[in-house]
Amino acid sequence: MQNILEVKNLKKYFATQKAVDDVSFSIAKGSIFGLLGPNGAGKTTLLRMITGIFYPDEGEIMLNGKKFSPENDIGSIGYMPEERGLYKKMKIGEQAIYLAQLKGLSRQEAREKIKEWFVKFEMQSWWDKKVEDLSKGMSQKLQFVTTVLHEPDLIILDEPFSGLDPVNANLIKDEIFRMSKQGHTIIFSTHRMEQVEEICNHIILLNKGKKILDGSVKQVKNDFKENLFRIEFEDQLLPEHTAIHLFQVISKNDHELVIKKNEDFSTNDILQFFITKGLHIHSFNEMLPSLNDIFIRLVEATPRARQFETINA
Amino acid sequence: MNKIGLIIQREYLTRVKNKTFILSTFMLPIVMILFIVGSTFFAIKSREKRKVAVVNDPGYFRSNMKSDSSSVIFDFNAVADSTNYEAKGYDGILYLPAVGSNKYELRSNKQFGLDSKGYIERQLNKAIENNMLEQRGIEKTTLDSISKASDNAVELNNIVKEKNGESRQANAGLAYGVGFGSGILIYITMFIFGAMVMRGVAEEKMNRIAEVIVSSCKPFELMMGKIIGIAGVGLTQFLLWIILIFALMSSLQFFLPAETMQQIQDAQQSQQGIPGGANNTMALKIMEAKTTLIEGVNWGLIIFCFLFYFLGGYLFYAALFAAIGSVINEDPQEAQSLMLPITMPIIFGFIILTSSLQNPNSPVAVWASIIPFTSPIVMMGRIPFGVPQTVPYWQLGLSMISLIGGFLVTTWFAGKVYRTGILMYGKKASWKEMAKWAFRK
Repeated sequence: MQNILEVKNLKKYFATQKAVDDVSFSIAKGSIFGLLGPNGAGKTTLLRMITGIFYPDEGEIMLNGKKFSPENDIGSIGYMPEERGLYKKMKIGEQAIYLAQLKGLSRQEAREKIKEWFVKFEMQSWWDKKVEDLSKGMSQKLQFVTTVLHEPDLIILDEPFSGLDPVNANLIKDEIFRMSKQGHTIIFSTHRMEQVEEICNHIILLNKGKKILDGSVKQVKNDFKENLFRIEFEDQLLPEHTAIHLFQVISKNDHELVIKKNEDFSTNDILQFFITKGLHIHSFNEMLPSLNDIFIRLVEATPRARQFETINA
Repeated sequence: MNKIGLIIQREYLTRVKNKTFILSTFMLPIVMILFIVGSTFFAIKSREKRKVAVVNDPGYFRSNMKSDSSSVIFDFNAVADSTNYEAKGYDGILYLPAVGSNKYELRSNKQFGLDSKGYIERQLNKAIENNMLEQRGIEKTTLDSISKASDNAVELNNIVKEKNGESRQANAGLAYGVGFGSGILIYITMFIFGAMVMRGVAEEKMNRIAEVIVSSCKPFELMMGKIIGIAGVGLTQFLLWIILIFALMSSLQFFLPAETMQQIQDAQQSQQGIPGGANNTMALKIMEAKTTLIEGVNWGLIIFCFLFYFLGGYLFYAALFAAIGSVINEDPQEAQSLMLPITMPIIFGFIILTSSLQNPNSPVAVWASIIPFTSPIVMMGRIPFGVPQTVPYWQLGLSMISLIGGFLVTTWFAGKVYRTGILMYGKKASWKEMAKWAFRK
C-alpha cells in the first residue's frame, strides 16, 4: 500500500529538551495510526512539525511521496490540537465558514458542507449561536466538524474524545471509521490505550523524544506476549492435574486455570496432556497483553518525569 | 480570496459589527459637541452679576469707573452702609479710602468670583491712573479719546516670506490648533488601537484558537491580518467621526436659538472672560480652523501627512503591541511591565509635541520628528507651521523614510517573537528572551 506520510530522522531540539530526537516512521494511506506516548514525550512537537507549525531542525517529511511544504500542503491536512479553541464571540456558522475558507474552500462550498455536517450531528439549531453558549462537549463536536470539513487526506486528532459522553464519542468514532474507509488517513494521538486498541491499525510509541515501538497492533501484542493461556474446564480440577513440566500455574480456581507455557512445548502438547487426563475442556485462550500493559512496561523502565537538560545542538 | 484577506476581513467585520464600536462611534461626537457647546453656554449663563455700592468717593472715581451690565454695576449714589447694603439690593459695598491710603475694602456676604474681583480692581487702577494723569494737566476729553482710540488698536500680523518672494500671512493660532489636534489624535489612537491589537492577540492565545489557525496559515499572516484589519477599523471610525462632527456642527444652528449662537460667537471673539481655559481654547481653534479658509495653509498636504503618520505610527507600534500580546498569559498584569518600554516613547512624543508647538524649530523638535519612535506625534505638530518654511523637505522626507524603515524592523521583530510566543504557554517572556527568539535562526 502506498504511504501517505513518511517521516525520516526528524529532530527538533529546544533550549532545554530534545523534544523529538531522530524519529522515523511511515503511515499507510487509509490507515488509522496511533501516536502514543506519556506526557512530555514529544507528541505535540512532532504533530506541529507534520502540520507545518514548527520547522524541524533536521530530517524530512514526505507527504504523498513529495517533500512536505507547509504553504501548498496545508489544505490537505486537518489538525485538531489537544489545546483546542474557537473564537468565543463569533457565531458558530460564520466561524465554521471562516475556518473552512482558511483551508481553501470557497464560501459557498463551505456553507453547503457545514450544513450537511450539522444535519448529521444534529447541530442545525446552533448556526446563529455563539461558541460561548456551548458546553465543552458541544464545542468539541464543532471543533471536530471544522477539522474534517475540507476532507483532508491526512486528519490529525489529538485526544479527540476528551470531554465527550459515550454517545457523542461513538458518533465521532463512527465518523473516523467511515473516513478511513473512504481513504482518508487518520493520526490519532492519545494516552487512552483501550481506545487505541479499538480503533488503530498501526501504532508508534514515543518516549523522551525517541521512538521505542513501531508496528501493527496485532504484531506489537504478539511481540510482547508472555505465553499465557486461560483454560476453562467442565470438571473439577485436582492437584495432580497441574503437576507437570509443560507449564507453570499462574492462578487457579475450581474450573479455571491460568498458565504460562514453557518455551519448549507447543499448545497442542498442553491440550494433549489434559485430554489424556480425561478432563473436558470448555475453552482454551491465549492471553495477549493489553496495550496498556505494554505501554506501562516500556515506559516504567525510564524515569517518570521528564528532566530538563542542557542541549548543545 | 487569499488567506490574509480573509483574516483582515474577519478582524474588521467582527469589530465593526460590535455594539461597542457602533456606540462609541456615534456617542463620542455627540458628547464632544454637547461638552463644547454646554461649557460655553454655561460659562456665559453663569457669569455672576454684582451690584456694588461705592461709598466715600473722593470725587474722581465716579467719572472714571465704568459699570458693565453683564458683570459689575457700580452705584455711586447709594445711601448704604455695612449694616443695610443687602437690604437695599446690593451684593457688596466698596469703601474707598481717604487720599493717601491704599486700603480699599469690599464687604460682601457672598465671596466675589475672580472675574468680578478682577474687574473691580482694573476699574480702580484705571481711575487712579486717570486721576494722576489729570493732575499732571491732561484734559479729561483727551484722555477719553486716547483710551477710545487705543482700545483694541493692534492686530498683529506675522508675514512670512516665501522662497518665491511672495509673502504669506502666518496664522500661528491656527497652526497651533491643527498641530495640537492632529498630534493628540495620533497619540490617543496609537494607544487605543495598539491596545486593541494586543488584546486581540492575547485573546487568540488564551482561547487556544491560535494553534488551529496557524495550522491553516502562516503566523505572520495571522498577525498582519489582525494589524491591518484593526487599522481599517480605526480609519472607519475617524471617517465617521469627521462626518458626524461636521453634520452636527452645521445642524446645530437650527436647534439652538439665534441669540445663544450670537452669545457663543461673542464669547469666541472676546476670548477672555470665559473661565475654564484649555478646553474652550481648543474648541475655538477647531472652530476657527473650520470656519476660516486661510490662504497659505496647504490642507491637502496636512491631510496626506496626517494619514501617513497615523498609519505609519500605528503600524510601527501595533507590531510591538502584537509581540507583547503573544507572550503574555492569563494574567493581564503581565502586560503592564512589558508595555512600559513601548508606552514611554509615546508619552515622550506627546511631551515633545507640546514644546515643539511653541518652538517648532528647536533641535529637540527636529530630531524627535525624525526618529520613528516619536515622529508620528511630533511631526504632525510641526507640519501645520509650514512646509518647507518650518519643516524643510529633507526633514519631512527623512522622517517618512525612517518611519517606513522603522515599521519594517518592528514588524520583522514582532513576527519572529509572535510565532514562538503564540504557542508558548506557562511563563511570560522578558524583552531579553524575545530578542533571543528574534535573532535565532
